[in-house]
Amino acid sequence: MNALALYLRYVALSIRVQLTYRATLAIKALGQLLVTGIEFFGIWALFSRFGSLAGWTLREVALIYGMIDVGFALADAVGRGFDKVGTLLKAGDFDRMLLRPRSIVLQLLGFELQLMRIGRFSQGLIVLVWACLPIAWTPATTALLVISILAIGCVFLGLVVLQATSTFWTIESLEVWSAFTYGGNYAAQYPLSIYRRWFQRFFTAVIPLALASYYPARAILGRDPLGALPAFGPLAGFAFLALSFAVFRLGIRHHASTGS
Amino acid sequence: MSGYLAIVAARFRSLLQYRAAALSGLFTQTFFGLVRIMILRAFYAASATAAAPMALPHVTGYVWLGQATLLLIPWRGDEDVTEQIRTGNVVYELTRPLDLYGLWFARALAWRTAPVMLRMLPMFVLAMLVIPIFVPEWGLAPPPSLAAFVLWLPCFAGAVLISAALTTLMSVTLMWTVSGDGVPILIASCATMFGGLVIPLPLFPDWAQPMLYALPFAGMLDLPSRLFTGDIAVANAPWILAHQLAWTIALVALGRALLRRGVRRLVVQGG
Repeated sequence: MNALALYLRYVALSIRVQLTYRATLAIKALGQLLVTGIEFFGIWALFSRFGSLAGWTLREVALIYGMIDVGFALADAVGRGFDKVGTLLKAGDFDRMLLRPRSIVLQLLGFELQLMRIGRFSQGLIVLVWACLPIAWTPATTALLVISILAIGCVFLGLVVLQATSTFWTIESLEVWSAFTYGGNYAAQYPLSIYRRWFQRFFTAVIPLALASYYPARAILGRDPLGALPAFGPLAGFAFLALSFAVFRLGIRHHASTGS
Repeated sequence: MSGYLAIVAARFRSLLQYRAAALSGLFTQTFFGLVRIMILRAFYAASATAAAPMALPHVTGYVWLGQATLLLIPWRGDEDVTEQIRTGNVVYELTRPLDLYGLWFARALAWRTAPVMLRMLPMFVLAMLVIPIFVPEWGLAPPPSLAAFVLWLPCFAGAVLISAALTTLMSVTLMWTVSGDGVPILIASCATMFGGLVIPLPLFPDWAQPMLYALPFAGMLDLPSRLFTGDIAVANAPWILAHQLAWTIALVALGRALLRRGVRRLVVQGG
């Protein structure tokens, strides 16, 4: 069986499992919709009080917000297995996975496709659609939007993979990483220009989140011409994920079982 | 009474074990605090003339106090109680010569307080002394007067009481919905939104203000923080305490009534 077929089988299995408890799934998804919806309500409230943010309107910020949240939800849904590496290590289940004659990355990706993330996903999508309505779309900007969202998903997935790698040393998954995943998600919902220089550099050069979201969004909104930076910036997101997987493979060499 | 105190003390000790987690959490909360401050400052900078209902230094202080006491927000019911209800071990609790609500409330009190205490002091040191070294206007300013600080202490205690009452209420609702995350998610969402964690409550539209301050959630982070920063005058401190106590009494009464009904219809399987 080739890798893709195996992955699809993992996914199908995981969906079947989750659909066994439909009510629980629905409540969790709705809960997430509520929690993330609240977040956007907060942004709306700030705009209704202050009018604008550094020259940006609510609808323009909503484009960035929607892109980030849809990308984040995708990464969250796919990356559940990496999120669980700490738990797997502690229970010794990780060793069992290593024994199987399949790539560990594939097994972790297929660990679970979290359906409850549809809550955040749909909330982000609603905001995104609302933000997209007044924009005059061309084939180039449409393609840029799709690629950017995928690139954002790759950056967040890369962060989760790096977090998983760190647990080879710490065993316990440390909350520090939520500063970059959830914190990055929170910060990147707003235009990068409102932050301090060092902060902007960090989310451009170290974690290339802004390259996949802020700069493409500027081009889509017509604030910048569609030049090289917005067009090729999102590629950094894919490169980041590839790099994260490479680091993960290096980390596995360091893996000493916790025993049982 | 000493029985409850022993429960609080035992849980407190077991929760203080996780120091690495606390350090890690401190980093994350500082990060979020910085982002939140940069965002709010950007909004303030954009509209110099807008009648902002809160001065910028007060907003900054509010953010740090919110980060410091973040764990007061009842995200979910007590994990141990949840597990007991799920497994049916809750019957053992019923055999103890203690009032069940009191027992759960005592546990919730410790569960809410220990992590907050552990995180609050280093957060205060960071926000008051370290952050201003780098950016002076981003720090947490000390309270405007000694009176404000002294009165903040009972208000903080009041916040803990509301938080514990809400946590216990979440645990009690599990007697109906076993696997149910429904009610806890609902309470937690309301608490984040209406507690001032998403944005400071005074920045919400004016028409929403009366409702926001009638709810119990304002008593957890918002009101004590605003007393601390000087946004609320010292003379109004008794009102804060009255708000907190009234809501604690109401929530405890509600929780007790629900628990009594829950126990009456409790069916435990197995032998």
